[in-house]
Amino acid sequence: MSTERPRRAVVTGIGVIAPNGLRADAYWKSVREGLGVLDRITREGCEDLPLKVAGEVRGFDPSDLIEEPFLVQTDRFSHYAMAAAQLALDDAGLVHDGPEEPFSIGVVTAAGSGGGEFGQRELQKLWGQGSKFVGPYQSIAWFYAASTGQISIRSGLKGPCGVVASDEAGGLDAIAHAARGVRRGTGAVLVGAAEAPLAPYSMVCQLGYPELSTVEDPDRAYRPFTSAACGFVPAEGGAMLVVEEESRARDRGAAVRAVVAGHGATFTGASRWEESREGLARAIRVALDEAGCAPEEVDVVFADALGVPEADRAEALAIADALGAHATRVAVTAPKAGIGRAYCGAPVLDTAAAVFAMEHGVVPPTPNVFDICHDLDLVMSRARPAELRTALVLSRGLMGSNAALVVRRGDESAR
Amino acid sequence: MNRRVAVTGIGVVAPGGIGSRAFWDLLAAGRTATRGITLFDPVGLRSRIAAECDFDPADHGLDPDLSRHADRYIQFAVVAAGEAVRDSGLDTDAEDPWRVAVSLGSAVGGTTRLEHDYVLVSEGGRRWDVDHRAADPKLHMAFSPSTLSSVVAEQFGARGPVQTVSTGCTSGLDAVGYAFHTIAEGRADVCISGASDSPISPITMACFDAIKATSPDNDDPEHASRPFDNNRNGFVMGEGAAVLVLEEYEHARARGAHIYCEIGGYATFGNAYHMTGLTSEGLEMSRAIDSTLDQARLDPTLIDYVNAHGSGTRQNDRHETAAVKRSLGSHAYDTPMSSIKSMVGHSLGAIGAIEVAACVLALKHQVVPPTANYETPDPECDLDYVPRNARPRKLRNVLSVGSGFGGFQSAVLLTGPGGRTR
Repeated sequence: MSTERPRRAVVTGIGVIAPNGLRADAYWKSVREGLGVLDRITREGCEDLPLKVAGEVRGFDPSDLIEEPFLVQTDRFSHYAMAAAQLALDDAGLVHDGPEEPFSIGVVTAAGSGGGEFGQRELQKLWGQGSKFVGPYQSIAWFYAASTGQISIRSGLKGPCGVVASDEAGGLDAIAHAARGVRRGTGAVLVGAAEAPLAPYSMVCQLGYPELSTVEDPDRAYRPFTSAACGFVPAEGGAMLVVEEESRARDRGAAVRAVVAGHGATFTGASRWEESREGLARAIRVALDEAGCAPEEVDVVFADALGVPEADRAEALAIADALGAHATRVAVTAPKAGIGRAYCGAPVLDTAAAVFAMEHGVVPPTPNVFDICHDLDLVMSRARPAELRTALVLSRGLMGSNAALVVRRGDESAR
Repeated sequence: MNRRVAVTGIGVVAPGGIGSRAFWDLLAAGRTATRGITLFDPVGLRSRIAAECDFDPADHGLDPDLSRHADRYIQFAVVAAGEAVRDSGLDTDAEDPWRVAVSLGSAVGGTTRLEHDYVLVSEGGRRWDVDHRAADPKLHMAFSPSTLSSVVAEQFGARGPVQTVSTGCTSGLDAVGYAFHTIAEGRADVCISGASDSPISPITMACFDAIKATSPDNDDPEHASRPFDNNRNGFVMGEGAAVLVLEEYEHARARGAHIYCEIGGYATFGNAYHMTGLTSEGLEMSRAIDSTLDQARLDPTLIDYVNAHGSGTRQNDRHETAAVKRSLGSHAYDTPMSSIKSMVGHSLGAIGAIEVAACVLALKHQVVPPTANYETPDPECDLDYVPRNARPRKLRNVLSVGSGFGGFQSAVLLTGPGGRTR
């Protein structure tokens, strides 16, 4: 009935704290070059664990961006999230003033492991010394909502706040949650995820995942889609995005970097990878449908790339099922092979890479992968120049979720 | 797309009795389920009281694997979801699985199991370089908060969007809110929605001790949770779960389901003020209430009951009273507002869903549950808190509100038969 154009959610800012780069531009440079940064874990107390390789964030000094009072109250995962959030706000040039304005900007994060290092320290005080030694910040540092709450407080953002505590696919669900909020009426949402799962006890908790790679050679530990695939390598860090209503962004002269166009989510059971084929294919179809996008319009796929043979096979088949004949022509990539999987942070990092890829007209390569055993056009060795208008980002979680996100170039005036 | 969303099933695991009938009996009688902690030895803690569930997984036919490896909060959720699905009469095998979603909340997830195994691998907190060989091989189930929704989705064959929501103490309200959006906007036709937490553990009790948020009335646990009373001195920890079956209205009608009520609206805002502190003005909670009423195009004077967050901390109850007065105006003085935390304690992320369940049952029975233990008025909390005794009342539109660490303020509106009437 209304002739008004539906509200569109666009990306206007990107902030990244990742193993391969401590700002969005540094991250993109490493991704574009296919730099692999997987390495031996150096964190204290992890020496004797059977997990030796991960993507660690190194050289990060949170006090460069975040004030001391916020740092003492929080775990490393929130340090990454707060820093990435500040970088995203700066990138978007988003400032708010006036008493009404704060209510129009929300914060949404996904979290898959919470404040494990902080929690382990406080558990050690409790059990080693006694309950009176547990500090006042344990109640706000360990839980999954810590980053959303602290970002909201630190930046004075009072809009709808949310936390999707999910497996990896939750990173995409969070972006979709933010985009829907914008379509319903919120002006902008600071959204994303950052994780810090490399404290000793957090690592012990992950050892039970049958998909975990325990290969000790960093160049061989995580090689999705190859015949040598032996599981995934965990990582830390993540990304935050500013997702904003399009006319609001244009009115304030912000660059519209991409459109969050469609999302689909399904569930096919923990570690039942063969069944994820149908679930992921369906998520892709739902996402394309919401975006009003034909399969042939997809120019690049950022794959989930779990690195487990049956999961890789299921993903290759899901792409074929959903995109039809176009599946053999579309460029597929998995930059995370060079940095590991930062749980909920991983698909947000991929979404950031997809935005840069469309802006620069180049598909980044898949590090450490040279020869694949699936029928995909996986970009390997070096970046491939290409006109990219639409990207499809895929993610699956170890507890059974499948998600697909369609992002399109900011200057595409679709519809 | 904005479709109507009906509540067609309800299941509860709460202190004082398992099942929605036992839960309502407790509320309607104004009985309290708070007592000295029995789940572990609380010696040395400042607050040694809690509202515990008398729950044995063996009584509920849980799969042996779940009984062994799944944390207590997941077992609660499976049992509550089972009751809700049975109550709804939904034949989950006959539904299109891709159109069945799950949205469940939890504030602290698997921390009880995580702490249990931590003690084993750290030799009782003596070493930072923990020894993995002593850990349960399925410890990742406690580590990943998505295990909650994953296990429940698996049990009921859901293949649509499956989410765990974790916004601290508003998790339950927000999980129901996300489910409402999922159905209203067409991403699913059915959503198994609610929340669960089992936070009665040494680490969680100790961390609330550290900020003196919990009541130290160890000698009189039955009367320790006193929301809105002038002598209140903190909340009493609780545990439990509540699950609702939410369903697209026409979908429910087509299969002849009993419809308890509809979800009329949901909103959440942040106070951007303090992780644990609340202002005395209640501006952001009031904004959440206003937005919820706007969505239903409901005049505030048509609210018949407010189910309060009412945790029983000094600042919360004052904050919330101010927020409700700001939104309802003088009608606030004519509107009963009670806190069931006086009876079932504060089960962190679960309580929002348990309180929504209480609202559904209040609409069903046309009875307002009371605030137990309320004796002494506080000049700053001057509304009608329904002291001690449940009260029959014509109920059509009911609001449930909550506040969470992180500054989150959420509201859910339920409209019963004959409700909304503009």
